[in-house]
Amino acid sequence: MDAFLVHAPGSFTTVQDKGRFGYQKMGVPVSGVLDTFAGTVANLLVGNPEESAVLEITVAGPRLECLREIDVALAGAEMGATLNKQPVPCWESFRVSPGDILKIQQVKSGCRAYLAVSGGIDVPEVLGSRSTYVGGKLGGYQGRPLKKGDILRCGEGGFLDVPRRIPSAWIPRYSPEILLRAIPGPQDDYFHEEGLVRFFQTEYRISTNANRMGYRLQGPSIPQRENMPASIISDPSISGSVQIPADGQPIILLVEQTMGGYTKIATVISTDIPRIAQAIPGNCVRFEEVTLERAHSLYREQKELLQNIARHCNQ
Amino acid sequence: MSSGLYETPRIHIVGDRGLLVEYGDRIDPVVNKKVISMAIVLEHDALAGVVEIIPSYLSLLMIYDPSVTTASALQESLISLERRLTEIEFPPPKTVEIPVCYGGEFGPDIEFVAESNNLTVDDVIRLHSQPAYQIFMIGFSPGYPYLGGLPREIHTPRLKTPRTRVLGGSVGIANEQTGIYPVTSPGGWQLIGRTPLTLFNPERSNPFLYRAGDRIRFKPISPEEYSRLAEREIP
Repeated sequence: MDAFLVHAPGSFTTVQDKGRFGYQKMGVPVSGVLDTFAGTVANLLVGNPEESAVLEITVAGPRLECLREIDVALAGAEMGATLNKQPVPCWESFRVSPGDILKIQQVKSGCRAYLAVSGGIDVPEVLGSRSTYVGGKLGGYQGRPLKKGDILRCGEGGFLDVPRRIPSAWIPRYSPEILLRAIPGPQDDYFHEEGLVRFFQTEYRISTNANRMGYRLQGPSIPQRENMPASIISDPSISGSVQIPADGQPIILLVEQTMGGYTKIATVISTDIPRIAQAIPGNCVRFEEVTLERAHSLYREQKELLQNIARHCNQ
Repeated sequence: MSSGLYETPRIHIVGDRGLLVEYGDRIDPVVNKKVISMAIVLEHDALAGVVEIIPSYLSLLMIYDPSVTTASALQESLISLERRLTEIEFPPPKTVEIPVCYGGEFGPDIEFVAESNNLTVDDVIRLHSQPAYQIFMIGFSPGYPYLGGLPREIHTPRLKTPRTRVLGGSVGIANEQTGIYPVTSPGGWQLIGRTPLTLFNPERSNPFLYRAGDRIRFKPISPEEYSRLAEREIP
């Protein structure tokens, strides 16, 4: 079923679901929504299963002509959306009708917004996922960001009895100063104690080189031990791996990457990946060391919050 | 020289969802065989909560779901799974034959590789197509194989200036490495030939022709054979 005609694509809009699992050993990265929290909430707001495909909208949003009556919801970055020039809210569902123009504007806070439609965005599954892997030109809408003239389809979804919204206490606030909790390793032994201390005390600025592959940071460089090589024999990376290349400037690796050849000083915990997803160039980043036990309790808290949101939505 | 295989693997915490299990400290067929065997055991015995296993040269990364299992439970399972190495019957590694048209427009750097090693072009072809190369790992891009075992006689440094565009299927040499570019991309390897096969095609019933641990052997073909095989590849 045709859902939207793309009048203008926005700066970088892709179809994403929870990710493509099981193919990293073949060099195919996981992809998927970068802000898993906002992506999941957008789906819950329109009554979808969590794994439905949504649009990931980066910095400047698209202008879409609606082709059918359907429930939609925006979550994540505040972008000032309008429906037929009337403002529509973020973090709650609303219904669109054929001929309506949904315009998602410029980011006001955060970086990425998620548009969910009931029934989910319908694109063919490639290797078990609808996510776009832009670097590999596969999945999503023809393996690429949206263009003018594209027609997006949606699955069979049905209608909500009443619009859904979530209480404001559950809505994250995006600050230009971002705290990322991280666990040292796997190659923290390549660094001096002072190197690690500096890493966890320094404020970094996000460079303009920041995308779904990774975020490059700028700040005081982290020296390695003199007798240790800057590059390692390439090993697998995970979303959140913080690499320190020869210039000492950290790179946070994200979802379009499977291997890395530089030492990884620390790994950002999965709970905080959504915070990176909402960070833009110029924002400040600080890392805080946490234990594995603490990271797992934060993981459980986040999971419980999403379960509470799901219960609230289904009431 | 020893293989560099550790007596007991070194386990590193990778954030709240990963364990990096390191089996040795250098690029070596014995270390890599251990990594790949453990990856096969882990896939075979599918531990609860393990989402993905990614083998590489020296180590494998286990990605797990912290709401199902814990790092310490996985560490214990890893140790006990070691003995499964002698119990499981491993499928013998597959040898995949990759047809390659060497030289000419397909391999514009083959003369350079020959000259810098005081060899003829025919020597380069003969030496390159002799070994069954072990696939140590796959990464960087879909289906990109990291191969070990390039004969010393044809080791050649990378290009001084990388090409902005290397056609998919190109076979190249960079120092002691040889490999194939699965898709068209920039690249700095010395190009000696090209295969008409599509190495990665998600639409195909077998999207990939090989996996880590398999062997690749290059078979020299003529330009006519290249065209014939290339036509067959077009869906």
